[in-house]
Amino acid sequence: MGNEEIITLENVSKAYATGAPALNGVNLHIKRGEFVFVVGDSGSGKSTLIKLLLRELIPTSGHINVMGYDLGRLRHRKIPKFRRNIGIVFQDFRLLKELTVYDNVAFAQRVIQVSNKDIKRNVPSILATVGLAGKYKAKPRQLSGGEQQRVALARALVNRPGILLADEPTGNLDPKNSWEIMKLLEQINENGTTVIIVTHNREIVNAMQKRVVTMKRGVIVSDEEKGGYADED
Amino acid sequence: MRISTLFYTIRQGIRNIARNKLFSLASIATIGACLFLFGIFYAVLFNFQNIVRTAQEGVSVTIFFEKYTTDARMQEIGDQISKMDEVSKIVFVSADEAWEGFRDEYLGEYADGYTDNPLIDSANYQIYLSDVSMQPALVTYLESIEEVRKVNRSEMAAATLSGVNALIAYATAGIIGILFAVSIFLISNTVAIGISVRKEEINIMKYIGATDFFVRSPFVIEGILIGVVGSAIPLVLVYMLYNRVIEYIVGNFATLSQLLAFLPVEELFRTLVPVSIAMGAGIGFLGSITTVRKHLRV
Repeated sequence: MGNEEIITLENVSKAYATGAPALNGVNLHIKRGEFVFVVGDSGSGKSTLIKLLLRELIPTSGHINVMGYDLGRLRHRKIPKFRRNIGIVFQDFRLLKELTVYDNVAFAQRVIQVSNKDIKRNVPSILATVGLAGKYKAKPRQLSGGEQQRVALARALVNRPGILLADEPTGNLDPKNSWEIMKLLEQINENGTTVIIVTHNREIVNAMQKRVVTMKRGVIVSDEEKGGYADED
Repeated sequence: MRISTLFYTIRQGIRNIARNKLFSLASIATIGACLFLFGIFYAVLFNFQNIVRTAQEGVSVTIFFEKYTTDARMQEIGDQISKMDEVSKIVFVSADEAWEGFRDEYLGEYADGYTDNPLIDSANYQIYLSDVSMQPALVTYLESIEEVRKVNRSEMAAATLSGVNALIAYATAGIIGILFAVSIFLISNTVAIGISVRKEEINIMKYIGATDFFVRSPFVIEGILIGVVGSAIPLVLVYMLYNRVIEYIVGNFATLSQLLAFLPVEELFRTLVPVSIAMGAGIGFLGSITTVRKHLRV
């Protein structure tokens, strides 16, 4: 793990037009190569945090810096270039149903206009990394939930992002598949990618002994190295 | 943009059309109907303008001179008139020529009784116009020349030809304008549906880091393709119909066909093909770009 800060949130608040603030004075510093769990109940501000890190939202106040980009000042036309530094996976995989495994992953490269020659080299390689080399012709509906999440991971990683954001990546998986995905994420992290996982999975968080940031009602209530899922009070 | 990206974008545009067949067909049909009408009006207008042009060439203003006008002064006046922009041709008819023409046409052998020229004051200029609508202004000018005794013209012919020409042009513009608006509206709806169908894909593209241009281009390509296909169909129809209609008119309305000079289809299509395709593509581009800007905030 390096000492370089890759994500910095300073006194960040986000208020929506209606209702209470979703984030309130959040400070968070994440270094390159860290593996971080973000936990908390529904409405604790986890989703807002992810949207802010992706520059889907801009903070009402405070500063966010991700990989050298000041997100509060980032111009609209620069957002695509910024997002190429971040891979994202979702609970519901969000694969394109009519495309094969290969084409779902290749899609991520086509979108950023990688040449066909490089796509043909990169896609098989990343599919091998996630253990799906033999299933490149399959359609998503022919795969198990765990396999679909692996495709989503391959898609998120094929452009070699510095940061991987995973929003409830095991939310739709059984325990066996959940652990396999977590091991894969750990392996990806060991290869140098900063991994941030938003999850409700108490068992995994407690077992993995990684950094745990706990949020409640829009504020960070605890931030522990080798932490666990905080008990409800 | 890479060549592979360009082909990818075109493929996506075609995929959008295939996914959304019904609306795409409706849009193609509307553009087709619009440009078919345009083709017909254009053919009528083009031919009518040709007929008017031919008729205009025959509409002339004749001026006669006062007795005291010398040949040199007549020549000077003729030179001045021929220099005017609206004058296409000017013909001098001397008193002798005027008498010969009259005698040959109306008197025949009865003219032998005349020893002197009874039309000695009838030397005149026949002035032909390039644009018949300029006739009143020209007549005003001619009447202001001191030596001009009389100006003969046909106001009726000039006014009718100009009026009909303008009426057809305005009616064409009005009808085509309405049809264009309907076409743009339909293409806009087609593209909006395409966007809603592909919302998930567009979201993923945004997260991965696709540029606005990359996300938007397939929809604009879709609109342009619909427009171009929509313009090709009526061109084929007009091509097939044109000669048949002319054959029908010539065959069934012999008197009419002697008056009207129809243009060959090749001459008509030299302008109609590029104009129709450009309009189809333009309608498609306008319909899609406005919708993409409105519905696709990337």
